[in-house]
Formats: sequence, structure tokens, C-alpha cells
Amino acid sequence: MNGPGLNSIILALVTFIPLAGALLLLFVPQRERDIRVFSLVISLLAFVLSLHLPVHLQRAQGGFQYEVNIPWIPTPNIHYHMGVDGISSWLVVLTTFLTPLCVLISWKSIRERVKEFFILLLILETALIGVFVSLDLFLFYFFWEATLIPMALLIGMYGHGRRVYAAVKFFLYTMIASMFMLAAILWLYAKTGSFDFVTIQNAVRGGGVEGFATAAPWLFLGFFVAFAVKVPLFPLHTWLPDAHVEAPTAGSVLLAGVLLKMGTYGMLRFNLGLFPEQSRANAGWISVLALIGIIYGALVALVQPNMKKLIAYSSISHLGFVVLGIFSFTQTGLDGATFVMLAHGVSTGALFMLAGILYERRHTYEISEFGGLATPMPRYAALFLFIVLSSIGLPLLNGFVGEFLVLSGTFRTSALYGVLGATGVIWSACYLLWMYQRVFFGKVTHEINEVLPDLDLRERITLWPTAAAALVMGVAPLLWLNAIDPAVQSTLAPLTQMASKVVGR
Amino acid sequence: MTPNLNLWLIPVLPLIGAALNGFFGKRLTREAVAIVALAFSGATFGLALFVAARFSLLDLPHVEIVAQWIRAGNFRADFAFYLDQLSLVMLLVVTGVGLLIHIYSVGYMWEEGGFYRYFSYLNLFMFFMLTLVLANNYLLMFIGWEGVGLASYLLIGFFFLRDSAASAGKKAFIVNRVGDFGFLIALFLLIKHFGSLDFEQVFQHVSSLNPETVGAGLLTAIGLLLMVGAAGKSAQLPLYVWLPDAMEGPTPVSALIHAATMVTAGVYMIARSHVIFERAPIALTVVAIIGTLTALFAATIGIAQTDIKKVLAYSTISQLGYMFMACGVAAFSAAIFHLMTHAFFKGLLFLAAGSVIHAIGGEQDMRKMGGLKDKIPWTFWTMTAGTVAIAGIPPLAGFFSKDEILWRAYQASWAYWLIGLFTAFLTSFYMFRLWFMTFTGSYRGATEDQHSASRAGPSIVAQGRSAPRGHGGIHESPSVMLVPLVILAVLSIIGGWIGIPGSMGGGNHFDKFLAPVFRTSTPSLNAQHVAAGEIAPPEKQTEGPEPQTSRATELIFTGISVFAALLGFVFAAILYYLRPELPQEIAHALGGFYKTVANKYYVDELYAILFVNPVVDGSRRILWQGVDEGVIDATVNDSADGARHVSDTVRQMQSGNIRSYAGWVALGAAVVIAYMVWMGTR
Repeated sequence: MNGPGLNSIILALVTFIPLAGALLLLFVPQRERDIRVFSLVISLLAFVLSLHLPVHLQRAQGGFQYEVNIPWIPTPNIHYHMGVDGISSWLVVLTTFLTPLCVLISWKSIRERVKEFFILLLILETALIGVFVSLDLFLFYFFWEATLIPMALLIGMYGHGRRVYAAVKFFLYTMIASMFMLAAILWLYAKTGSFDFVTIQNAVRGGGVEGFATAAPWLFLGFFVAFAVKVPLFPLHTWLPDAHVEAPTAGSVLLAGVLLKMGTYGMLRFNLGLFPEQSRANAGWISVLALIGIIYGALVALVQPNMKKLIAYSSISHLGFVVLGIFSFTQTGLDGATFVMLAHGVSTGALFMLAGILYERRHTYEISEFGGLATPMPRYAALFLFIVLSSIGLPLLNGFVGEFLVLSGTFRTSALYGVLGATGVIWSACYLLWMYQRVFFGKVTHEINEVLPDLDLRERITLWPTAAAALVMGVAPLLWLNAIDPAVQSTLAPLTQMASKVVGR
Repeated sequence: MTPNLNLWLIPVLPLIGAALNGFFGKRLTREAVAIVALAFSGATFGLALFVAARFSLLDLPHVEIVAQWIRAGNFRADFAFYLDQLSLVMLLVVTGVGLLIHIYSVGYMWEEGGFYRYFSYLNLFMFFMLTLVLANNYLLMFIGWEGVGLASYLLIGFFFLRDSAASAGKKAFIVNRVGDFGFLIALFLLIKHFGSLDFEQVFQHVSSLNPETVGAGLLTAIGLLLMVGAAGKSAQLPLYVWLPDAMEGPTPVSALIHAATMVTAGVYMIARSHVIFERAPIALTVVAIIGTLTALFAATIGIAQTDIKKVLAYSTISQLGYMFMACGVAAFSAAIFHLMTHAFFKGLLFLAAGSVIHAIGGEQDMRKMGGLKDKIPWTFWTMTAGTVAIAGIPPLAGFFSKDEILWRAYQASWAYWLIGLFTAFLTSFYMFRLWFMTFTGSYRGATEDQHSASRAGPSIVAQGRSAPRGHGGIHESPSVMLVPLVILAVLSIIGGWIGIPGSMGGGNHFDKFLAPVFRTSTPSLNAQHVAAGEIAPPEKQTEGPEPQTSRATELIFTGISVFAALLGFVFAAILYYLRPELPQEIAHALGGFYKTVANKYYVDELYAILFVNPVVDGSRRILWQGVDEGVIDATVNDSADGARHVSDTVRQMQSGNIRSYAGWVALGAAVVIAYMVWMGTR
């Protein structure tokens, strides 16, 4: 057991080590190899340190841990307040797990403005972690917006064809939506005099906030719109396919792997945490949108001619499960939703890396450009299949546990929603296996593909951790659920109390 | 204190074999790959025998909990194993037949590329199938259930260079997923109402339900949904379409997965859930009707197939229909009895068919066979045993199990019996048709010279079928393939003797062995009613000697079944031996009807029109190009048109100079902070 010393600074370390690394990179000479190695070391350091969070989490204790709460700016009353529970600590680890892999996958594909690329990547990592650890709404909003700039720049500077269009679309979409959240945050601050999540939560629950009853529906929506765009929830999703298709591989990995989860995490923490009644009141149409997302995303994925767009639409489908689980307000549903967030981060992150590896060789994502790749690239084909299976929810791999719990929880609340959501298990098999067949099976259809090199050592080192994580998460999900379960329980407590109050009446 | 048998080792051993061959097989010699695969599947068979030997010492059902798997809220599922008479039978069938087919595969696949890959998949299949059979809860069963589907997908698509093989694998997986969808919903219902997926807990809850009130609708729904899952896995109407296509896989795979073991998982699952089904009479009736119709439907298609494996595939669907028919009339032990004998004779028939195909260099069209009787005598004689067994001619295995089902079906409804009987006639007919076309008359294939010439070609990995055999000419298979054939032939002959019914002077030991499993199903409700003196205790058919009065009737019915089987033989002999020109004429006379049957009633085409095409076209034209690009994105872009110059501004921001980005970040933050300060001071 590490002393309380590490416990009190661990969050700051994990959050700001990447940023410090980015600043140091400014002074590293322009030798590309040094820059890469340095970035890798920094991101690995952050990963190792972040493991402290779930490992030393006091599960029985509940609430936020490793908390640091220091007054930062007296006027307005902004605190440097950070802390994590079982949910956010694992989201932090997801971020730190994927970042070193992003460094590795960009090892050769990024050839120009290398230093800037890795600086942006590390800044992005700090911002992403910041989102998950902030307990002060101002701080949260700061990190929230801070993710936008490096990500937009990664897409705009290092992307493919229509990268500027995609970057601007991404930027505007999410920026505009975030304005609603900012307005909601400012309202809460104006009424409570605090940005502190816990303080506001207590104030709101205590019923002492003037005008809250009338404002709550709008506040709920303000937060919700910002999160829904990020998730993205149908019909606010059209920025996502464009952003993914144009983004560099590392950008896609973090975008799908972590950035989208900011939205679902926000719903879980803030919509449910601050507005339990509104959450219940709005659950109906939100669940319907989530279901549309599951089915619509899958069906549109089915007919995509572009591999990356296919994966992007599949993300919309998978994130639909998360939203569905959150708004089921059941223990299993929320446990599952959190688990899907992590599982999807691993599987879809890996899928984007796999697509990127192909792009490095052929400079295209068009499925019709491939065919029969299992012959020249057997290792690649095997790993790809493994990740595909994890993504379609094969039991004993990561995708199954989360989706099963989500659907089981949803079914408890509404059998119809559960049944409709469960059709997702058919659709995911359709679009992924069809894509897999077209890319890998049959004879090689394009001569150029006959000599494609199989995975090299670096690529294998990049992919193996994701495959291992997919397997361990499927076989031993308790390692995650043990931390998630109590955190979900305390998240749900006000909602269930409310329900029993309603019933009691 | 019952001994710990370490049941977890039984599935895990083949998993180790699969991992070894999967990771290192490429660097190993074929001999080493074969040794690894056989060692682990042999060891697991050995363990199964060990378990059988210790079986009498156990308190049944015997449960071993290994570890917790999932826990969320009140729900939990364990890695835990469940052993009773039913799982023991399945365990022995799966490991025994599995081992034989592993041995056979060494010879059959020796010349093929991807030898290590094949055995890795085959071992992986054993892992999942044994998990399915030994699971003590529905969720662990579901692991095996989906996992065998994966193994099936991999093995059907083993010759992935052939597009038809790759498509068949995908089709199998997706159709199975449709079934699994039903299975999943059933699990959700179980969780919602009973809070557990543990067999013992679920059945306890179910037994305590009062079927006249809350339980009936719920149990019917659960039963029907489980049947959807079973119909997918066991290829019943309307989800059978994947199994004929699955014949694209190597023939030993067809024998193991698509005949002897995996496809019977649905029967096993329903028998395992008999407590639920017995309290859901509507669901049970649906099971019986689906089984009966499938048996008939598939048999009619089987008559008109010319591909030797396709005949066997439709025959498998048909025989599985019998098993569901038995389940549907609550004759669960009869269903399991037929499951076991079917594993012997259908496994044998597929392996023998593989031996035929192997002998003539990959040809599967029976119209190009004929006269092989003397050229491959071992294959001929073993296949004859299998054919007689499936045709239901005494005293071979299929006779006893099928007769048991027909008799029990008759007791439920004469309609089941009549259709079953007609199907038995068809079965005998198409099997002897296959037998005559393959082995009698004169050889209709390419001459031996052409034969070896046309088969020569570059050896390509995963080419399948056309890979050169290296021997040239028609030849008997090596002994590594013949030994499993002989063993299965012996089992096909004598395997039914453990279930000879009382009416024929036997003891029906099989039924008695399984009786405790299905006896516990006697609704405890009845016991309560009995206690209350309301109704008399029910006479369970599975227990005790048959009433004397019905013995004569039963023997008459047996006589009718045998007659139907012989009639099938006679018809086949006339059409395909004595007057081989007749079938052509009959087909001609029947015209459109024959064509419809030969084309499998155009069901695949119908599904394409009804489901596949609308989904794909609708998704492309309406959802993607219409809604996504046409409506949503167009709206977004229009409203963003005004912001076009904003994009230009943003473009200028990307100077590529990192300091200027840092500046933008800082500026952005500064603006926000300034705003806050302004707000705060108000």
C-alpha cells in the first residue's frame, strides 16, 4: 500500500505528466526518433501511474477518492477539485492505455511536423484525463473544451483528403453544443455560488436552490445536448463519420476510444447526478434515440464502402447501448453501460489501428480495394478477426459482458426496449462479418495486394495489448465490475430513492 | 462428501491444444500438430471415461463451482459445471465421437494447406461444445453456444479462398445469431423474473410457480424463445437454411459439428430446460410441430439432391426434426437416445462419404459416382451399416431410437406419428438412393487417367477439394481413416441395444438411466395437489414397465415402421438399381414440382427477397443516402453554410506553428475566464 502521500498527488501526476511531457518536447531537438521515444516513455509513465487508481481504490468506501480540493480562484469561486470513483478511474486508465498505443501506431505514418503531432497528442491526453477527474464544473468545462482544440488540429493538420472540412465540422458541432452546457453551468453557479459538483449536488438535492424546479428541465437539456453531440446520439451524429474518415489513425483511436465516452460519462455523472427527476422524465425519448442509434448505426454501417466509415457508424451503434443502459436506471444497466464504454474503447480503438495499418500500406480505406488479404497477411487477418469477434460481442471477449448487462437491465425496465436493443447482436454480426469476408476471404483480387507485408514487430506490439485486454475483460470482468458496481450504486441511489418515494405516494 | 472431479479440465484441455496449435502450429511438422491435437482430445475423452467410472459415487446433480464470472448488482454468473446423467451422455458422445473424428481428420486433411489451423479450430470447437454441455447455468451455456457457432464459422470457411465457403460461414454465423437473439431474450426473462440463470435455482423457481396464474404466459414465452435459439443452432424451420451451405466445410467437420454434436445442442438445451417446457404446453406443442414439419420438409428435399453431402445435410435436418418431435411430446429421453444413435450413424455416414469423396479425388456429385462397391470395400461396408441404421431396420441403432420416438409421438397425436412414419419411409428411400447411386452400377465419373490429370494443379493453401491427392486413381482410404469408420459402424449396429423397449423384451436401460433427470421434473405442484387429495399422481411414461395392454399395439406399430423402411429400400432399388432410367422420366413427368423440390423450394431465394435485399437496399438508399446524407447532413451543412467563412478563419489558425496553437488554447481559456470573472463580479 502506498502512503497517503501518493494518494493525494496521484491524480495531478497522471493528469499533468503528459502536458509536462508536451512542454518538454518543445525543447527536445528535432530528431524524430527521439521525439517518438520520448512521447512513448511519457505516455507509458502516465499509464503505469494511472494503474494506481483502480488498484488502490477503496471499493467499500464509495464516493470520490484520491480527492484534492484546493481553492484556486476566489472570484469566481473556482476550485481545483479532482477525484475519481470506480467509473472514472477506469476511464482514466482507458485513456492512458490507448495513448502509448497511439504513439506506436503513429511511429511511421506521421512523417511531417512530427514534434507538433506528439505535442498535440500529449496535450489531448491531459485534457481527456482532466475531463474524467474534474469535480469542479469550471475545471470540467475547461478540460472539456480543451480536448477540442488538439483533436481538431490533429484532424485538420494530419488528416487525409477533406480534413479541413471534417475538422471544422467537428469543431463547430461540438463547440456549439457545448455552449448550452456552459449556460447551464453558469446558471448553477449564479444560484449556488459554487462550481463544485458535490456542493451543487447537495444543494440541489436539499431543495434549497431558488428557481431550480422551473429551470431544471432546461438545465438538464443544456448538459444533455452537449453530451449527446459528443456520444454522438442520433440525429446529432453526422460529424463523426467525416471526422473519422479524415482523421489520422491516432486521432480516430482517441476519438472513438475516449472522446465519445466524455459524452456518456457526462450523462452518467451530471445528468443523472444533478437532475435525477429530469433524467427519469426524459428517459423515454432518450432511450428511443439510443435504440435508433443502435439499429440505424448498424444498418448504415452495413452498406458503407469505406472501412473507416463502417467502424465509425458501428461506434454510433455501440454507444447507443451505453446511453440505453444509462437511462435504464438499473444497476445492471449502468454497470453494463460503463463496461461497454471501456470495452468499446479497446475494441474500436483496435479496429481503427487495424484500418490504419492497412492504410499505411495501400493509402485507401475502400473495402473494394481489398479482398483475399488472409493469404498475404495471415497474422493481420487473425488479429483482425479476433478484434471483430470482440466487437460483435462473442462471449468470453469484452464486448459481450457489457452489452449483455445493458440489455438485461434495459429489459427489466422495458421489455420492448430490451428486445429492440437485442437485435443489435444480429446487426453487428452482419456488418462486421460481411466486411471481414470482403477484405480477407476469397482470392486476392488486386495484384498489388499480393505482396502486402504482414504485421511487423512494432505493429504487433501495438495490437497485442488490445487483444489481451479484450480477452481479459471478457474472462475476468470482475476486475472491472468490482470497482464499477459500488460507484454505480451511489450514482443510482438518488434515482432509486426517488422512485420509491413515487411508489410510496 | 462427493469427490472433486475437476470437471473444468474437460473443456480446458482441448483449449490448450487449440492454443498450442494456433500459436505455434505453423512452425511444427504435420506429425507434431496431429500429436498435439490428438493428445488433448484423447486426454479429454480419457477424463470423460474417468468421470463415467466415478459416476456412481456422486450425489447427483454434481456441481463444481470454479470461479465467479460476472457480478452486477444482484445478478451473478459463475464458471461452474453441472454433471448429471444427461450431461454425462452428452459428454461421452461429444468426446468419443470427437476423438474418432480427430483421428480420421489426420488422414483426411493430411494433404491440405492450413493443417495446423484446422486442428486448432477443431480443438477450439471441443472446448466450446464441452462448455455448453457441462455448464451449470444458462449464461455459461451461452458461451459454449456462441462459441461452437464461432468454431463452425471458422471451419465452414476453412477453404476461404472459395467465395462460396466464406459466404457459407458467414451465413451460418448470422442465421445462428438470429436464433441467439431469441435465446438472449429468454435469458432476460429468466433474469427479470427469477433473478438467476443458474439451472437449479431457475428450475426451483419454475417448479414453485402456479401455472394456472402468473406462470403460464411467462413460461410459454420463455419456452418459445428458447425454441427460437434451438431452431437456429439445430437447423429447424425456419432457420435451417445455413446447414446445407455448411457442407462447404471439410467433410470431417460436417461429421463432427454439423451432424453428430453441435447441431444437437438445441435438443440438449430443450431437454435440459424440460422443467420449463413441461409447464408450458403451448411451447411444447410448437416444438413438436416444428420438429415434425422439419423432419418431413427436409426429407423431401433430400430425395432430389445430387450432391452426396447435401443429401446427408438434409437428412441431418430431418433427423433433428425427429428429436424435436420427441421433445415436443415430452419424450426427452427418447430424444436424447436418438441424439446419441444419430451421432454414431450420421457421423459414420459423413465420414464414409468423406472417404468416398477422398477416393475419387474430391467429386461430390453422385451422378458421377457408381460402382465403387469393390474399389473401396471398407468404406462400402461401413457405409452400408450406417445406411441400414438410419433407415430404421432392426436390429441396428437407428431402429430402436426412431421407433421409440414414433411410438411416443403416436401417444400424443396420430398426426405426428403419421408424418413421422412417412418421413421414415422417405429417409430409407433417399439413403438407399444414395447408397445405390454411389456403390452399385458402373462408375460414371471421369476415367482414372483423366481423373488424375484433371486433379493435378498447384497446391494452394486452403484451396480445398481440388488439392491433389498424390495417389492417383480410385483408392481406399488409409487406415487412420478406416479405423474410426469401423468403430462408428460397430456403434451404429449395436448402439441401440441399450435402449431396447420392454415390448421387445429389452430393459430399456437408456431410458432408466436418464429417468432421474426427467423424473425430477414431475411438477412439485402435482405433489401439492396430491397432498391436498385433488388429483391422482400422474403416470409418467418414462418410468416403470409399459402397461401390458399396449405391448401388442406397440409391436404392431413397430412392424409398420419396419415395413415403411423396407418399402423405402424397395423403391430405391427399383429406381436406382433395377431401372436406373426411371428417375429421369419421373422427374420429367413431374416437371415444375420436381424442379421446385430440387431447388429446395426456393427458400433461400425467398429469404433473399424478403429479408436480405430489403435490409441492404433500404439501408443504402433510404437510411444512408436518404436520411443520413440527404436529410441530416444536408441540414447541418446548410445551416453551416453561413459559417463557411468561419472555416476559412480556422484554416488560417492552422499555421503549423505550435506556439501559435498554444496561444490559441491560452486565448480560448482566457476568454472563458474573463467571462467568468465578469459573471462572478456581477
